[in-house]
Amino acid sequence: MMRAWLVTLLVVVQVALWDAPAHAEAPPSVLVMAKALDDLITLDPAEVFEFSGAEVIANLYERLFAANPVDPARPHGVLAEAYGIEDEGRRFIFRIRADRRFASGRPVDAEDVAYSLRRVVHLNKTPAFILTQFGLDTETVDDRIQVIDARHISLTLDRAYAPTLVLNALSAGIASIVDRETVQAHERDGDYGHGWLRRASAGSGAFRLERWNPGEHLILNAVADHPTGTPALERVILLDVREPATQRLMLERGDIDMARNLGPDQIRALASTEGISVWSAPSARLFYLGLNQKNEILARSGVRRALRWLIDYDAIADALLGGSAEARQVFLPEGMLGAIDDAPFYLDPLMARALLAEAGLVDGFDITMETHASPRVMQIAQAIQATMAEGGIRVEIVPGDSAQTLTKYRARRHTLYIGSWGPDYLDPHSNAAAFAYNPDNGDGARDKTLAWRNGWYDEAVNALTEAAVVMSDPVARAAAYGELQQSVQADSPFILLFQDRTLFAARDSVRDFISGPMPDQIAYRSVSKQAAP
Amino acid sequence: MSETTAVPPVLEPLQESTAPSSGRRKRRPWRGIVSRLGVFVVTLLGLLMVTFIIGRVIPVDPVLAVIGDQANDAAYAAAREAMGLDKPLITQFWIFLKGVVTGDLGISAVTGRPVLQDIARYFPATIELATLAMLIGLLLGVPAGVIAATHRDKAPDHILRVVSLIGYSAPTFWLGMIALLVFYAGLGWSAGPGRIDVHYLGVVPPLTGFLLIDAAFAGAWDVLGNALAHLVLPALVLGYFSMAYIARMTRSFMIDQLSRDYILAARANGMSERRIVWRHALGNAAVPLITVIALTYGGLLEGAVLTETVFAWPGLGAYLTNSLLNADMNAVLGATLVVGITFVTLNMIADSLYKIADPRTR
Repeated sequence: MMRAWLVTLLVVVQVALWDAPAHAEAPPSVLVMAKALDDLITLDPAEVFEFSGAEVIANLYERLFAANPVDPARPHGVLAEAYGIEDEGRRFIFRIRADRRFASGRPVDAEDVAYSLRRVVHLNKTPAFILTQFGLDTETVDDRIQVIDARHISLTLDRAYAPTLVLNALSAGIASIVDRETVQAHERDGDYGHGWLRRASAGSGAFRLERWNPGEHLILNAVADHPTGTPALERVILLDVREPATQRLMLERGDIDMARNLGPDQIRALASTEGISVWSAPSARLFYLGLNQKNEILARSGVRRALRWLIDYDAIADALLGGSAEARQVFLPEGMLGAIDDAPFYLDPLMARALLAEAGLVDGFDITMETHASPRVMQIAQAIQATMAEGGIRVEIVPGDSAQTLTKYRARRHTLYIGSWGPDYLDPHSNAAAFAYNPDNGDGARDKTLAWRNGWYDEAVNALTEAAVVMSDPVARAAAYGELQQSVQADSPFILLFQDRTLFAARDSVRDFISGPMPDQIAYRSVSKQAAP
Repeated sequence: MSETTAVPPVLEPLQESTAPSSGRRKRRPWRGIVSRLGVFVVTLLGLLMVTFIIGRVIPVDPVLAVIGDQANDAAYAAAREAMGLDKPLITQFWIFLKGVVTGDLGISAVTGRPVLQDIARYFPATIELATLAMLIGLLLGVPAGVIAATHRDKAPDHILRVVSLIGYSAPTFWLGMIALLVFYAGLGWSAGPGRIDVHYLGVVPPLTGFLLIDAAFAGAWDVLGNALAHLVLPALVLGYFSMAYIARMTRSFMIDQLSRDYILAARANGMSERRIVWRHALGNAAVPLITVIALTYGGLLEGAVLTETVFAWPGLGAYLTNSLLNADMNAVLGATLVVGITFVTLNMIADSLYKIADPRTR
């Protein structure tokens, strides 16, 4: 019996190892990336609001405009060849390029643009506010978005907004233009094809969706003869690999070309590995400390100002975050219109103690800090806890998973909270509306912005935020945001901490992978691979 | 007594094998079936109820978990309504139960697909992994346990104790990483993470979801070989864990059997030691082992979350965990139901096998 079992075991192992050395480098025309795709839940541009989804649809679809990280006041035209503004800034006219085609072969026309933008408002999914903030709703949108002819379309807003704001909003993923005939062919019960488009593509981008097996992989194939040039890659494969250590091993072994979710330690280790290059690019995501103004102690101005001097910004960024973030003390990320670089605060316990004494808290105080228990946020929290103690503030860290801490935060039941925020589109209003704007501080307020969550209402700051939204002169607008950032930086419930950086590693054969500050600014079109010598 | 006297395969002390002598009750097999079915339904109902309550009392807002940090109130309200969370708890549970009866486990709030479809996608990957791991655990664990029992307190027993202890106490996550580091990245003996190489993605049309079966049906032997190559390392890691447990239990059951009188009688009768150990002692030890094996297999089918994560294995464990972290209660309840059915079914099979293997329990 023993012999029979051993023979069976040997047969099983033999069969299993039959194809064992399956080292398999992808050909030069195929890019294989390992990425944690647990946030990839939909591919419908009207619904996508997650990092992975934003990246994928940016390569499947085109929009009227694309944000310009170099000159944020001048977004690039993509499907829009030209635009004009009428009716004292309320009406925008767009001319659509004649050379663009969908993957189905149909030319992109004004009807497609109108259908796509109206569809967003009618579906009213999470990111729809990016368009509805201009006064578009289900009742008005069909009138406000008008097809003039096959190549011209008009968009009428409820009032005049800063043109840069409107164009930047139209560069967001939600404004992706879909092939209306293809989508309409898949409509069910008036769903605007949403059920189908969550798992398919109907765009004019340089890639089309070949297959998506959730939890396993997603494959994009290049569109040959795309007007912007045929991509160097024929195929891009995203493998859903959630464990960074596994990504690293796969990269070292050559089974993947890029690893997208590596930690600073792994990046450091790979920097000296032959055949592998490490890359780093700024991200628009910011980390901040929120101070709930419903807490009587945190509501004192002296305390808010004192806490700013009890954080060692540079030490945390350099020693703990290891290049994955940089110190940043204003609410606009570097490169955004109007962003300033003021960084007046550093660790100074004496200054903090003096301010606390002014606030009547000579002996400091005890406080809790709700913290998402991810390694990076916990590191930041522990470092802040240590330096706060130098000022006499005894912080108790309350860890929780992201859903738990977020639930508490949105209900204004936190005290201190380490949050992160990424703009929804590359315009300063996206962040100003979050950090500075809170027109109604009541519990039943309609707009529950970050300022609302932290119970902060400042009439002057609200007024400046509203004024900046309608400034047509980009220079004046940039100056207004500069003033807003200084105001929030000096005394508000927000202590801005760091700006994130995107780190990844790739085989040396990978060229020209461009990662912009927003997740939807990762274009596979430019990437190429050198054949192995 | 002649030397050729045969020893029956299962000899037990008289007091244990004495059958109940109380009357001649009429057998009613249907009563047993109904009773088992009742236990089955009540167990699942209890499991679902507890899962549902836990899902509602944890301090997580499932709407926020789905629509994220930056959604406005209108989107929040719409999502809440779409998820049915505006209804009373009891109504929500009743709606879910009605769905279960009609085979509708609802829509996953995270993936947006029917939960049943999600489970049909993820469960086959777990079954493939768990079955091979179980096979490895069995083929190694049972002989190892027997050898340890027959060499009690000698070198083989000590070796097994150490090997089992490592397998039992080392985190499978860590074991998985080490296995990948050594056999995949270092020695290059094993295929990498995932179910298959990128070259073979989409080559075989999915029929059953079981990659091995689909590849065999399609006659794609290279795909089959590649899928097996990807399967072997995670299965070995999980199999090691199972082996450790099964070996320890086998050893314990075998020591108990080898100390019985019938073994002494068999030895006195001149039966060969191999026959005594492998046929008679193991035959009797196999009875309690059935339960151990069924529970171990059930545990593996539940999905080994960490192993699945390390090996990028798209199984039920990873699906359940992701759903739980996102407070996606339809998915959590659906996956829990499947896990529950699996466990209860395996238990029932074990009970039935128990009765076949041990006539006293009939």
